[in-house]
Amino acid sequence: MKPAIDIRKLGKQYRLHEAPPYLSLRDVLSKAPWEWTGKGKKADPYFWALQNINLCIEPGERVGIIGRNGAGKSTLLKIISRITPPTCGEAFIHGRVGSLLEVGTGFHPELSGRENIFLNGSILGLKKTEIRRQLDAIIDFSGVEKFIDSPLKHYSSGMQLRLAFAVAAHLEPEILLIDEVLAVGDMEFQKKCLGKMEEVSHKDGRTILFVSHNMSYIRSLCNKALLLDNGRLIAGGNSEEIISQYISSVRTNTPDTGSKATTPPVVQLLSVNSITTSFQQSDSFAADETIGIEMEYEVLSPGHVLWLGYNLHNEEGINVFDTHSVNTAEYSEPHATGKFKAVAWIPGHMLNTGLYFISCAVFNHTSQVIYLHEKDVLAFHVYDVFDRQTARGMSPGEFPGILRPLLKWHIEKSKA
Amino acid sequence: MEKFITHIQPPGRFSLGLKELWQYRELFYFFTWRDIKVKYKQTYLGILWALIQPLGMMLLFTLLFSRTLKIDTAPVVYPIFVLSGLILWNLFSASISHAGDSMIQNAHIIKKIYFPRLIIPGSAVLLALFDFLIGLLIFLVFCVLYRQSLHWYSVFYFAAGIIIVTLAGFGTGTFLAALNVKYRDFRYMIPFLLQLLFFSSQIIYPLRSISQEWLRNLLSFNPVNTSIAYFRAALGAPPPEMEETMAGLSFTLILLIAGLYFFRKTEAYFADIV
Repeated sequence: MKPAIDIRKLGKQYRLHEAPPYLSLRDVLSKAPWEWTGKGKKADPYFWALQNINLCIEPGERVGIIGRNGAGKSTLLKIISRITPPTCGEAFIHGRVGSLLEVGTGFHPELSGRENIFLNGSILGLKKTEIRRQLDAIIDFSGVEKFIDSPLKHYSSGMQLRLAFAVAAHLEPEILLIDEVLAVGDMEFQKKCLGKMEEVSHKDGRTILFVSHNMSYIRSLCNKALLLDNGRLIAGGNSEEIISQYISSVRTNTPDTGSKATTPPVVQLLSVNSITTSFQQSDSFAADETIGIEMEYEVLSPGHVLWLGYNLHNEEGINVFDTHSVNTAEYSEPHATGKFKAVAWIPGHMLNTGLYFISCAVFNHTSQVIYLHEKDVLAFHVYDVFDRQTARGMSPGEFPGILRPLLKWHIEKSKA
Repeated sequence: MEKFITHIQPPGRFSLGLKELWQYRELFYFFTWRDIKVKYKQTYLGILWALIQPLGMMLLFTLLFSRTLKIDTAPVVYPIFVLSGLILWNLFSASISHAGDSMIQNAHIIKKIYFPRLIIPGSAVLLALFDFLIGLLIFLVFCVLYRQSLHWYSVFYFAAGIIIVTLAGFGTGTFLAALNVKYRDFRYMIPFLLQLLFFSSQIIYPLRSISQEWLRNLLSFNPVNTSIAYFRAALGAPPPEMEETMAGLSFTLILLIAGLYFFRKTEAYFADIV
């Protein structure tokens, strides 16, 4: 059987623009005529969004694409869906491609829900007869049948989204490209969508390419995964293995101890792990779950007051918080020798979803000594939950903010 | 499954991609249908707007030119004369301005979904044609009201006029659409360009009333002039001479080929720069 997607030496180069991506005529005319063609001018810097991608995906495979922001995941989907051409290389696609790069593409606020189903469906590549055949199922799935003949501009954003996903879910392409659509919609609808996707992938044997930051979705939906880094395909295979490779690869592997650490060593780091409340190691946590950061270390010489500390960075490199072992006896009294385990608990309902990196240190600020400092020794992942209450509530889409605390709200009638 | 094999590669040799356009033919219909619906949905008078504009202009020009300036347009009475020019001009100018703006209007779709991009300016021209057909209907009503004689062969003259002006509008429109993606300046140039073209077209005056021969020859390259000449030939005016037809027709083809070539050459990168 022929592969569903066969990619050979594919590359995509972009030009880095300092100015807005489109030009103005003035920019061209203000140059000397011999520079108009662009041959004479200083070349803009280029960068490769994708480089030398070779890939073979068999029909029926469900492939998750993972990697840090800017790794080229979305560019790869854009090339496969033909929105943008590659700079070099080629790809053969066997079968119809449907992409959910953005649901609701082409929706028009003045048209009714029903009219938008036809418009959106045909933009997504459905034939009129196919849409008509599926119309009832689409309306039913969207749950907005009461408003189906009123203009879209009177819909709430949640309703628009339901309608959009309903159309997209009823596409019947052999190859389905999905880019993070699951990060939208309210809880009930999310479950419905996830169910639909599982149904589609398992029952109908369709090929699926799924870009997501949510490792637990990739785990449950995909049997294979690809890991992209800086535009290169660095690993592919069993999704479970690739996910753990990804999480361990995002750590910087060079310990930053050398210069600052004391000699002879006072403390030796044995391991750092993220654990659940039942002390099971895990690298993925639900948004409402308590996360334990456990450090195992050995104190080699007695008589030192040791402060333990973690700092937590998110995927963008923002320092979310620092924490020190201020409530322990060892914070003010000399630490005994031997092997120890220290755990700091990050409460549930605190971190937003995404990837986090832990750096750990053993130090003493009053004596200005750093006994140990390891950057990004641990990475873990926080994912959304939809069947339990979180700070998200019913709101769809990306939930903004570095933190996502579930705060206590109180409403009372003010006295007149 | 063998039906759908897509070969993705860097943009290479030029092709029109007609086969693919045919596969996507329903999208032409849906884009045009959307534009028509949206255009007339929230208006009280609805489709009547497609009539009010040319009829208003006809009234204005008739008062100005047939009474005050007394332009000789025999054998066609002036109101019919000017209306024939106006509806064709509207088709041409609406094609250019809709198509020219269309890529930017639909940028959000271009960035998300693949389809042959030519459908966008193409359906913009279809929208202009829809408005034109309403105008044509009222034009024929006026022909009857003014007892303008029509012959069986008038149909061919009408068809020739419509085809020429549509192709010229489509060619210019696609050219401007592609330019607009790259250089936003052209957005502001289109209205100016159209005004210039309006007065160089024989809408309110007959081409033969121009005394300088060089100017008359130059203006006969304007496809709108050729198209209007055919329309008026349908009403009994002398049909355009061979040289005049060839001039207008060849320029129409140049516009069409240049527009399509430039559009197809640049469309691969629209999603990256729009």
